[in-house]
Amino acid sequence: MDLAYLWFGIVGFLFIGYFVLDGFDFGVGMAMPFLGKDDTDKRVMINTIGPVWDLNETWLIVAGASLFAAFPYWYATLFDGFYLALLLILVALIARGVSFEYRRLGRSDQWKSWFDWMIVVGSAVPALLWGVAFANIVQGVAIDESGTYTGTLFDLLNPYGLLGGLTTLLLFFTHGVQFLALKTDGDLRLRARALAVRSGILTIVVAAAFLVWTVLQHLDIAHLPVLVGLAAAAAVALIGSWVANRAGAEKAAFGLMAATIALAVASILAALYPNVMPSTTDPAFSLTIENASSSDYTLQVMTWVAVVMMPLVLAYQGFTYWVFRKRITRASIPVAAH
Amino acid sequence: MVEWLDPLLLARWQFGLTTLYHFLFVPLTIGMVVLVAILQTAWVRTGKLKYLHLTRLFGKIFLINFAMGVVTGIVQEFQFGMNWSDYSRFVGDVFGAPLAMEGLLAFFLEASMIGLWIFGWDKLPQKLHLAVIWLLALSTTLSAYFILAANAFMQNPVGFEINEELGRAELTDIGAVLTNPVALAQFPHTIFASLMFAAVVVVAVAAYHLSKNQYLDEMRTALRFGLVINIVAFVGVALSGDQLGLVMVATQPMKMAAAEALYETTAGASFSIFTWGTPDGSSELFSIRIPYVLSFLSTHDFGGTVEGINDLQAQYQTEFGPGDYTPIIWITYWSFRWMIGLGALAALISAVGLWLTRGGRLPEKTWVWKVAIWSAPVPLVASLVGWIFTEMGRQPWIVFGLMRTEDGVSPGVTGLEVLISLIAFTVVYGALAVVEFGLIKRAAIDGPKDWAKYSDGADGDGGTASVDPTKLATVY
Ligand code: HDD
Ligand code: HEM
Ligand code: HEM
Repeated sequence: MDLAYLWFGIVGFLFIGYFVLDGFDFGVGMAMPFLGKDDTDKRVMINTIGPVWDLNETWLIVAGASLFAAFPYWYATLFDGFYLALLLILVALIARGVSFEYRRLGRSDQWKSWFDWMIVVGSAVPALLWGVAFANIVQGVAIDESGTYTGTLFDLLNPYGLLGGLTTLLLFFTHGVQFLALKTDGDLRLRARALAVRSGILTIVVAAAFLVWTVLQHLDIAHLPVLVGLAAAAAVALIGSWVANRAGAEKAAFGLMAATIALAVASILAALYPNVMPSTTDPAFSLTIENASSSDYTLQVMTWVAVVMMPLVLAYQGFTYWVFRKRITRASIPVAAH
Repeated sequence: MVEWLDPLLLARWQFGLTTLYHFLFVPLTIGMVVLVAILQTAWVRTGKLKYLHLTRLFGKIFLINFAMGVVTGIVQEFQFGMNWSDYSRFVGDVFGAPLAMEGLLAFFLEASMIGLWIFGWDKLPQKLHLAVIWLLALSTTLSAYFILAANAFMQNPVGFEINEELGRAELTDIGAVLTNPVALAQFPHTIFASLMFAAVVVVAVAAYHLSKNQYLDEMRTALRFGLVINIVAFVGVALSGDQLGLVMVATQPMKMAAAEALYETTAGASFSIFTWGTPDGSSELFSIRIPYVLSFLSTHDFGGTVEGINDLQAQYQTEFGPGDYTPIIWITYWSFRWMIGLGALAALISAVGLWLTRGGRLPEKTWVWKVAIWSAPVPLVASLVGWIFTEMGRQPWIVFGLMRTEDGVSPGVTGLEVLISLIAFTVVYGALAVVEFGLIKRAAIDGPKDWAKYSDGADGDGGTASVDPTKLATVY
């Protein structure tokens, strides 16, 4: 059964990858109304993530499929339970996904502004709801003995859940704006940096509140020092990112923000451990790493696949980022839009 | 909850519709990526500009379509948990593995390569950029393989044992799951079917421009290319379909009986091409039958015995207890015929087209071009009804012989929730379908005009020229 613990880590890693990577895509999308002064600016912004957003989103698909393979009961309870929240996320991801490609194919301004809004909303909704979902997972939800969630969508919108949502929304927003500062040039770059200073303050306040609340909820867990350590490291990285951004150290700011998101998700996982979906109805109904996982043989097979494939996957993804390492400028956007 | 909001019924409709919808786009992706890769290879090897123009044109159509395949695919990935959570609990240990492998082996690669291909025209050396599209084709094909292996487990469960204590199926042999005979037959069948559709899209675009007398050089090449691929792919579909039929009879005899609405076990059974009346045999007015063909399809022996629905029903009742083990006969009967018939029609049209354009001839009659354009959806419809046959023919099982569809549905989800999502997906998908079709149509009608100006002053005679890669750069 030890492999189940390894897979808790792998699934956690995949979700961290997803939030760190698609997180800045969401941020870029949400920043369009703030930073996209004209069509060229907007196109510059979209092009910073153009070659990679699909790749980043794929982390979610792989995380979801790995959850299915390694923890079928967790997968089943989570997606059946958070049905409507997930539906909203899916519709938003659909809207966002087609818009990047279809926006440029239109000829009228009306068409473009239509897809612009689909990008903004399609980025903001998942950015918010992922936080709501994860906060509710750690906090625990009403699960009966068959492993079925018995609450509704509105039960998920409790204060802690909403604070979690606000936290991811702001983290991703600032992350995306810092990414723009790193990937664009000229006026847009400066405006992005300035915006990240402002949104950063708000992010720090909200994220700190969320982390403290998370720790307070879990004072009784055996590995409390790990949780506190991770949460504190997340807070330090976040503040460091803000300072670096102010000083114009774009790479450091972006890297520290990525670390913040990774550490924040890790804190949540630490708070969860060894449960995967605690039940508020009766702790005996909680899904745990042990009782939600697949058979040992399945986990062995999957471990082999993951061990062989992950280095390769990371290598060619790294290559993709390397190919598109240059900053995007207004000059690189052709005047005549198709 | 209101009676008529039956979560099971709604969940079935929802799964069926969203999956069919996903499969509206998938065949074009699977098929077109290969055709574009071939065209790009031709360009790199010969340096002829016409190949570049065709690569760009069909690449654009491919990309518009690809976006839809991706976004509808995400829904698929989560649907199992949303609507079929008890099914997921029951089979997750087996079924999750191919899905996760699909992600790790295929989707990551696919998503990396698509970015590199779209935006890499001016950033990668020509040969590397060519390798990228072939890797994209590889990953797309791989993803089809894994998803079909997962589906094959539902048709013919192998490589598992039932854990009574946990009440679930557990994987015991991943090799058996990945080499499920159903998957091995479904895979070439689906790939060839997809190639057929991509080929007729190429034909339709070429026919449009030829009928307008423009881009003659490019479009002549495209036309013949599409026609030949379509016919070759049809042969592949027919051969693998024959194999699939044999496997199906061995694993799910009820499906074949239902495909012919054959009630009584028969030796030397005939195949009806058309039945007027009801196919349940109660009031047959008229039918055209080819003797012995059903027996041959099922057993490769003209005198072979095909088990009938009544015998199978009785047999299943003894094995699995009381219940109705027959799928909805009229659906299986007609979907099987339409699949084969429409595919054959598309191949026939292509064969006629090849003959009409032999030796560089171009037909003058406009109706010829109209037929070529309007027959484009035919293989797609064949594929869709083929899936309806496969999935509806499996009923009442969700996993054949192990779990009934009614037992797989999510216990915690209400009919209202499913209804909401059914409406949401229908509305969103419907709107996007209109947009997508409009965009593809426009790209097709525009033809290679966006790139014709990069011909370095060449007169579009398909002559060779070196092209400045920065002019090929794609920007959103
Ligand atoms: C262009 C599309 C197309 C064409 C022309 C054909 N098929 Fe097909 N068929 C499909 C597209 C398809 C499909 C949509 O791709 C299916 C659904 C599941 C699958 O693997 O392929 C399918 C399923 C399918 C099945 C069901 C498998 C199962 O339920 O396990 C059988 C027995 C056949 N086909 C047999 C044939 C035969 C004998 C054909 C003779 C030419 C044929 N098909 C033509
Ligand atoms: C893309 C091609 C496919 C199409 C068009 C398709 C179509 C359908 C349809 C129409 C149904 C509804 C049948 C009914 O309820 O009466 C269905 C059910 C289902 N299919 Fe498929 N399917 C496809 C591929 C797959 C694959 C690849 C899988 C699994 C990996 C799958 C899994 C299921 C499941 C779980 C159900 C729900 C249970 C059921 O109703 O039997 N399908 N599909
Ligand atoms: C019902 C089960 C299915 C599930 C869970 C599923 C899942 C997915 C997902 C998550 C994606 C998006 C991948 C990305 O982001 O790159 C996708 C796309 C794709 N799917 Fe499906 N799919 C299903 C049915 C099928 C079938 C039956 C086939 C082919 C036989 C297929 C072939 C593909 C291909 C080739 C792509 C990539 C190209 C594209 O995006 O259009 N899928 N699918």
